[in-house]
Amino acid sequence: MVRVQTDDFDVSSVLGELCHDRTDVGASVSFIGYVRDLNLEVDVEAMHLEHYPGMTEKALAVIVDEALTRWKLTGAAVIHRVGELRPPDQIVLVAVTSAHRGDAFSACEFIMDYLKTRAPFWKKEQLKDGSSRWVDARASDDEAAQRWDNSETW
Amino acid sequence: MRIRVLYFAALAEQVDCRSEELETNAASASELIEVLRARGDPWRSAFDSRTQVAINQHLAKQADSLGDGDEVAFFPPVTGG
Repeated sequence: MVRVQTDDFDVSSVLGELCHDRTDVGASVSFIGYVRDLNLEVDVEAMHLEHYPGMTEKALAVIVDEALTRWKLTGAAVIHRVGELRPPDQIVLVAVTSAHRGDAFSACEFIMDYLKTRAPFWKKEQLKDGSSRWVDARASDDEAAQRWDNSETW
Repeated sequence: MRIRVLYFAALAEQVDCRSEELETNAASASELIEVLRARGDPWRSAFDSRTQVAINQHLAKQADSLGDGDEVAFFPPVTGG
């Protein structure tokens, strides 16, 4: 399941959908990202999430498909919000189910690391002094994604 | 050939353009970047090695080739999640 939306989401109903009518799920792992009130030592009042309509869903689906190829999963869901958000709003949900926790933990982290470097979203922060600035991509996100390129999970 | 070019985020703000239709002979995304940079500032300084590219809504590399009717998008490194 891949969704790009302005509305908020509820992790327990998404997990409920992933597990619905199944008895083969042994583990679920979920990650939620939130809007924080502080970035680079400056107070953030609000954030605007821009995206590439059409490509965004495709890019997330490609990442989820790769996770399904690399690990034995029973399901995966990504929901990413766009538009205007404020601290402490939820931004993104990645939820993964599997027979075993190892695959679920790894796949969830993998999807987030690839989302951070390959999904067409851009964040613009509105600061308390009225100014705004685009968030810069982080080298640490590139490094996190690269370790999956080199890993032996195939 | 005719292509549609889209710009996003800080890059779109810098060149003050979100989309345009172009008639071009540029064979690759990097050749297209040179065509755009030749317009002078702000285009000249808007692109660098970190600029990301999508061709027909799939993440691509600057070296990848373009075809007639393609949708090409240029944007800064993504910052979702």
